[in-house]
Amino acid sequence: MAPLTLFEKIWKNHVVHEEKGKPSLLYVDLHLVHEVTSPQAFEGLRQAGRQVRRKDKTFATMDHNVPTIDRYNIKDPISLQQIETLSSNCKEFDIELFDLNSPYQGIVHVIGPEQGLTRPGQTIVCGDSHTSTHGAFGALAFGIGTSEVEHVLSTQCLWQNKPKTFEVRVDGKRQSGVTAKDIILSIIGEIGTAGATGYVIEYTGEAIRSLSMEQRMTICNMSIEGGARAGMISPDETTINYLKERPRIKNIENLEQLINEWRNLASDEGSEFDKKLILNADKMAPQVSWGTSPGMVSGIDSKIPNPNDIEDSVKRKSTEDALSYMGLKPDTCIEDIKIDTVFIGSCTNGRLEDLIAASKVIQGNKVPSNINAIVVPGSQIVKMKAEQLGIDKIFKDAGFDWRESGCSMCLAMNPDKLSPGERCASTSNRNFEGRQGKGGRTHLVSPVMAAAAAINGRFTDIRSLDLDLGDY
Amino acid sequence: MEKFKNVMSRPVPLNSAHVDTDQIIPKQFLKRIERTGFGQFLFFDWRFNDDGSPNEKFILNDLRFKNSEILLAQENFGCGSSREHAPWALRDYGFKVIISSSFADILYNNCFKNCILPLVLNEKDLEYLFESTLNFNDYMLNIDLEKNLLADNKGFKISFDIDSFRKKCLLEGLDDISLTLEHSEKIDMYEKKL
Ligand code: SF4
Repeated sequence: MAPLTLFEKIWKNHVVHEEKGKPSLLYVDLHLVHEVTSPQAFEGLRQAGRQVRRKDKTFATMDHNVPTIDRYNIKDPISLQQIETLSSNCKEFDIELFDLNSPYQGIVHVIGPEQGLTRPGQTIVCGDSHTSTHGAFGALAFGIGTSEVEHVLSTQCLWQNKPKTFEVRVDGKRQSGVTAKDIILSIIGEIGTAGATGYVIEYTGEAIRSLSMEQRMTICNMSIEGGARAGMISPDETTINYLKERPRIKNIENLEQLINEWRNLASDEGSEFDKKLILNADKMAPQVSWGTSPGMVSGIDSKIPNPNDIEDSVKRKSTEDALSYMGLKPDTCIEDIKIDTVFIGSCTNGRLEDLIAASKVIQGNKVPSNINAIVVPGSQIVKMKAEQLGIDKIFKDAGFDWRESGCSMCLAMNPDKLSPGERCASTSNRNFEGRQGKGGRTHLVSPVMAAAAAINGRFTDIRSLDLDLGDY
Repeated sequence: MEKFKNVMSRPVPLNSAHVDTDQIIPKQFLKRIERTGFGQFLFFDWRFNDDGSPNEKFILNDLRFKNSEILLAQENFGCGSSREHAPWALRDYGFKVIISSSFADILYNNCFKNCILPLVLNEKDLEYLFESTLNFNDYMLNIDLEKNLLADNKGFKISFDIDSFRKKCLLEGLDDISLTLEHSEKIDMYEKKL
């Protein structure tokens, strides 16, 4: 048989119906639901008198609107209504919900893998573009709109045009201080925010293989920022070792057989992709975004571009607009940019390893009093584990706020937001205008770069601090 | 779903690339639990000044393009979040066609679910539309989906590509879920194998 890619194997396994010239009807193995993109879908079901077809494959959590201080006291009445609507919808349609009282509550893309709901070979959807995160396990996972959420709730299927495949191979070995976040920001900087539109990316190569599962999730998480439909990584022993300890997996009866099936999903030797890009991690520097789109990034050791050097007129205007919004001058050294706020968290970088690594940078240091720094664990489990390790104390001693889990300042739909003009070093995934609060200025960085910026009040090359960050 | 009809209108030239869904509809308006009423919030941070007055410099507030049903935008329109609130806001505001040189995947999909036709043109043709709508006060564009035809009142005429299945769904206002339920037996069969 012809060698197949991971994507092709999963696609083939999930086609329920296909006809020439039409999209294929795909079966969905796991449907994750959150409070922002689901109310209208449930309302649609009610109006049409439809039911949820597979409650056992549908799980919900609340994350976007949740306050990270005093979480039970939601002051914004509309946020509260959205949270309450999800609770009542889950009750009415009998869907398992990780609500604010659940010890497992957290950001949807953190808790799926943490609980072992996410597995290799699955098709996974959620009304959220960062669903691509789950692709780190060798699943085909992508974001959908609310109409599609309704469609999946009632049919457990989805119409999809078959995307093309794109291999992004990252060879070589990272320098210490260059993290998974820097790899994915470098990739987006290279291909642009529409560079993978219409494609599913599979990340391959030594620099990807050597990453832990949490780091792989950081990579796949931001596939959407490169325009990709999904991002994925073939399962290997790292994947299996992570998964077999998960609460919803460890007691499965025929686990060994399942694990063998997972192993067989990896892209076959000699399988072909429609498009290919090869990068080398050796030369990558820690990245800092300077503009209003995730493709606008530079290495910490470089300068902000000058629009006068850009020939393409659309690009030049985008750069000018971005610099004006960001309040930055062309040719400024990235290391000279001072910040007001630091946010460590989100579905990109709010996991235990992220917090541990950042805490190593913080340890024994103090955040200057004019800087507002917060850490928001991605889930209540991450928070609990970090506290068991005493990491909360390191952050608090340094002057960071230690919060409850949620999306927090990643999108500012809750009380955590930037004020106009406030400049933030953020470990999240989007630096769009106003993303973290109207007029707020976001610089995307890794957790260790965010931590270094918190201590120094400006961006600092983490490599110059000469810290032992282990495999992070 | 409502059926897509011919559209005849002067297009609004939104001269920005990579317009993300956070701009199309800022997050503070995602908290509603209805599908309707989002038009008033479309491009909110660009359309209104801090004091709530309309930002005269923003193209949607330009009286020449009032009540337009066609939006022109530069490449990669609708990137970012998957929020369907974006097409809800575009449609509720009155847009029926969006023309760009490329679209982000999820928004492109979401448009079809909301009776909006997202049209991909090459950069040259797009540039021509941008210039013409700015230059001619009587400029009008006609989009005939049935015939795959885009024509203006200056003699420009091209046929555009569109997936034939999606075209049919738009023209007939087909509801995806009912379409899928026609395949219920196949879904049952698939589930038996699980
Ligand atoms: S953390 Fe940010 S990107 Fe992730 S799901 Fe929440 S809002 Fe979306």
